[in-house]
Amino acid sequence: MWSELNRYRRVFFTFAQNSLVRDMTFRTNFVIECLSSLGWTLMNVGFYLIIFEHTKSIGADSGWDREKFFLFLATTWFINSLVQAFFMPNAEEFSELIRTGGLDFALLKPIDTQFLISFRRVSWSSLANFAAGIVIAAVSLWKLANREVDPYVPTAMSCLLYVFFCGCGVAIMYSLMICLSATSIWLGRNQTLYNFWFYITNFSRYPMEIYNRGWGQALYGLFTFVIPVLVVVNVPARLIARPVEPRSDSEWWLVGWTIVATLLSVLASRWVFRTALGSYRSASS
Amino acid sequence: MSTLPVADSSIPNHAPIGVMGRLRIWKMIFATAFSERLVYRGDFALGTLMRFLPIVTQIFLWWAIFDSIGQSNTAGTESGQPAGGEAVSIGGYGFREMVAYYLLTMIARAFSSMPGLASGIAQQIREGEIKRYLIQPIDLIGFLLLNRIAHKCAYYAVAIAPFALVFYLCRDYFVDGFPPLHLFLCFVASLLMGFLIGFFLEASIGMIGFWFLEVSSLLFLYMLFSFFLSGHMFPLTLLPDWIEPAVNFLPLKYLAYFPAAVFLGKIPEDELAMEMGIQFAWLVFFIVLCRFAYARGVARYSGFGG
Repeated sequence: MWSELNRYRRVFFTFAQNSLVRDMTFRTNFVIECLSSLGWTLMNVGFYLIIFEHTKSIGADSGWDREKFFLFLATTWFINSLVQAFFMPNAEEFSELIRTGGLDFALLKPIDTQFLISFRRVSWSSLANFAAGIVIAAVSLWKLANREVDPYVPTAMSCLLYVFFCGCGVAIMYSLMICLSATSIWLGRNQTLYNFWFYITNFSRYPMEIYNRGWGQALYGLFTFVIPVLVVVNVPARLIARPVEPRSDSEWWLVGWTIVATLLSVLASRWVFRTALGSYRSASS
Repeated sequence: MSTLPVADSSIPNHAPIGVMGRLRIWKMIFATAFSERLVYRGDFALGTLMRFLPIVTQIFLWWAIFDSIGQSNTAGTESGQPAGGEAVSIGGYGFREMVAYYLLTMIARAFSSMPGLASGIAQQIREGEIKRYLIQPIDLIGFLLLNRIAHKCAYYAVAIAPFALVFYLCRDYFVDGFPPLHLFLCFVASLLMGFLIGFFLEASIGMIGFWFLEVSSLLFLYMLFSFFLSGHMFPLTLLPDWIEPAVNFLPLKYLAYFPAAVFLGKIPEDELAMEMGIQFAWLVFFIVLCRFAYARGVARYSGFGG
């Protein structure tokens, strides 16, 4: 069991190293990619700064004031950058492998196919956004601790929970992505599906309370319980932005549901992947 | 060493093709590009419909924002008015107008966005395909413009259904209903000029490819700025006071903000004619710039082998 795990770890490090070597071959390109994702970050920060020029918080009585919302934003940035660094390039390559028949070679390798498909490439430049997330989080935590009204410093416990639930969030996003890319076995081509990915994860970028009204409640339910993208960022962000105690029961239910949802979505993605592989018929020749 | 001879189409060395001949060519280019575009129409319509999904998150985001502003304004009194109450406004936009604004910028962007134009031109320069236009009696810019018009027409033909559906569903957000006729005409005119400004602006950026072979990073920078400063992300009146005049001076606002603001009646009547004039001036500027850059670029260009 341990030697098996160790083997997978070694394979993963080899993949990561290879990708780094590859990225470093075209250094200017790497720098430009980093800079352009930072540009996107700056634009978003600018947008929310402008919004907070006009309002004190997002949603009445929701508690998402400027500092806390920027913590939320940093959480979004952490999770998305991890997904983009480790899984996005692989999911893109996966549909290409299916179209060209290159998946045959992946199937022949003496290693779990889903592992091989999911971790083959690491896009190091996407981690620039992770660094940007750290900066945003640091600035907002500092401001939160030093402000006059209602200052707050997260405890060690919140930080631990935060890291754990960020991991859950990444796992949920990963599962969703694997499910979407596995469908390209049936559809052949899935350009629209990637847009779909982008549009669905778009819902996760804001505090979930804002959907919980009027006709948004249907969306709220759908994206919490069926496709759990709302809990991805919301649960860790709430854990760090507010004291662990006191909290209402419903919030603890949500935290519990996140763990269940993570397990379920990883299992579901595993199942979808294997079922899809079952109907893979190699490309010609 | 063999630079290609530049064919100057203004000096006909064969029989001139005449106006009718030219029109026939244009029609042919248009028809080809049009049918090429309609090949994947199902995917296309679905894609258009999905493009409205971010609007849903925008609606809820602004709903929440207007709610909290309304609450802090009327602290103590009863809150929870539907839709945050129309009394609250940011940058001159109430909640419903804000949503209407986002919907209208979707239309404006459908006119002014030019996916792949600049990068396409730069690629043609890099790979030497541009020789074709130097030898054949077809003007590159005219050809691309016709192609773009055909693509846009095909796009509207397919996208009108999803657009109509979404606008019908969201009709309540247009508080003032349909604008008066003269505003609507200005709206249409600004959309058309927005299309042309978008085209010539991006084509000019593509022409930079004559001087630098790789323009993709430059292009990304432009896209970033244009997304932020064209008003696609938020109405430009929300910008802080010290930066708004500078942004207003840029041509980017005509790509998204201006048409939407005209439709919603946000441009004061007495400034409207002036603004339309400025837009037209920008259009002329970019046409001249694009032509100039092309002429200079072709003079610099050398095609080898092939």
